Amino acid sequence: MTAVRTTALPSAWRIGLSRGGLEIRQVSREKEALFFTFALPIVLLLIFGSIFDFDIDGTGIPFRQYFVAGIIASGIMSTAFVGLGTGITNDRDDGTLKRLAGLPMPKSAYFIGKVVMVALGSLIETAVLLVIGSLAYGLTLPADPARWLTFAWVFLLGVTACALLGVAISALPRSARTASAVTTLPYICLQFISGVFFPFGQLPGFLRTIAAFFPLKWLCQGLRSVFLPDGVLAVEPAHGWEHGRTALVLIAWCAGGLVLCMTTFRWTRRGEE
Amino acid sequence: MAETAVRVRGLRKCYRDVPAVDGIDLDIAHGEVFALLGPNGAGKTTTVEILEGYRKRDAGEVAVLGRDPARADRRWRARVGIVFQTSGEAPELTVREVVRHFAGYYPSPRDPDAVIAAVGLTEKAGARVRALSGGQRRRLDVALGILGSPELIFLDEPTTGFDPEARRRFWTLIESLAADGTTILLTTHYLDEAEALADRVAVVAGGRIVETNTPAALGGRAAGTARVSWLADDGPRSVETDTPAKVVADLAARFGGEVPELLVTRPTLEDVYLELIAADGAGDRDGARS
Repeated sequence: MTAVRTTALPSAWRIGLSRGGLEIRQVSREKEALFFTFALPIVLLLIFGSIFDFDIDGTGIPFRQYFVAGIIASGIMSTAFVGLGTGITNDRDDGTLKRLAGLPMPKSAYFIGKVVMVALGSLIETAVLLVIGSLAYGLTLPADPARWLTFAWVFLLGVTACALLGVAISALPRSARTASAVTTLPYICLQFISGVFFPFGQLPGFLRTIAAFFPLKWLCQGLRSVFLPDGVLAVEPAHGWEHGRTALVLIAWCAGGLVLCMTTFRWTRRGEE
Repeated sequence: MAETAVRVRGLRKCYRDVPAVDGIDLDIAHGEVFALLGPNGAGKTTTVEILEGYRKRDAGEVAVLGRDPARADRRWRARVGIVFQTSGEAPELTVREVVRHFAGYYPSPRDPDAVIAAVGLTEKAGARVRALSGGQRRRLDVALGILGSPELIFLDEPTTGFDPEARRRFWTLIESLAADGTTILLTTHYLDEAEALADRVAVVAGGRIVETNTPAALGGRAAGTARVSWLADDGPRSVETDTPAKVVADLAARFGGEVPELLVTRPTLEDVYLELIAADGAGDRDGARS
């Protein structure tokens, strides 16, 4: 009995990574859900890629390549924000969260597990979209290591911000039944004003201003700075990649999302306290 | 270890000004199997969830393994095992994968394969959780509850929905845990379950404890009148008596040997339970929150 009390508790990272492994194994065995989740951005890329067969005015760059960057960002937000927002509401509804709260698990381990799962999923999805983009739409993958470094931090900050916001929004739906409606609305709206389906510069100024408050616009822009030739800067409203500002906004969303998670997260259903 | 495993004084909890728990006192000794009995809405689940650290209390003192569960830390959690209602987590993982994973949460867990064997799931260790029957899932829930070698286990209505054979097997499992010295707090609707497993039971009605006693002595059962019934020449007869042995001896003399359809009964646990909750006037509080 005394041995039990003197043995060290496992660390949050160890349990968190183990939870990530558990979640990844679970998701990878749900063949149907896995297929359709991964298929959606790919199908969108292929459909809109066929429709948007034109060059962006005054650049000679095919819009399809611009769209590849947009759909990667959109896919990240879909997995991280919508996926976590609905997944966590499900976990709360079916008692998974309540069970976890009763274990000697540091609360952060649950979130580490989710971020690990979402980051791996987004990375695989991004790789598939890049392969399609380069095979079908002539996207040239950058050879410059500096661009890949940019990709690394934009991807990490983008996934983290979206994931934390997904965790935060999961406190909103009353039940799992309404979770997908609650998360889909902001996701779809942001998609249309953040430069996924249209060149960002073609949007009315007030929509651009609204979009600039949210992470998706910066995620799109950051990814364009990695995968598109600099010629596209001619149609970027800022005429520059604004890496500093991108990092700042995404970090701000990470911090804000973390605060929201800490203050609003519930381990039990509403009214059970 | 000198203190009791669970000590509760004057526990109160209201939901929107309606008292669900209205002044409960409770002492559970180390190594004891203690059952909370009561109708839906009596306050059982609220009480247990306060002891588990899930719900906040409005008033009263609570010490579980010497700590206030409202300020539970990981060390305390590692000493307490909660057998939850079945959750939907990880249906595509195998039993062994799930048990091994959850063992990683504890400072010194039991051997996962030994725990799987203890709950009788060795043959199903490689099966996906999704493919288990209701009873097998419940055994997995117990496996997860005992993985950390807890000193105290909470079992909230553990066998609801079991067939009789599964229930018997489950009881054997709980008895073996109790034999190891684990303190067990059980809530149940099934009186035979309380009678089979519990050292002591408390009957809860209307947010209060009506009586705490051993199952055999509850409601004055042991001392209560017995009923002797038999088949006389003119039909079935029965008498209530404090001296059943004498009545039987007289009958045997009268019949000159065996008495047709002879039966000596005392009030069942169910009889005294129904009497206790009826006396409290709380038996019809169904629909209130449990």
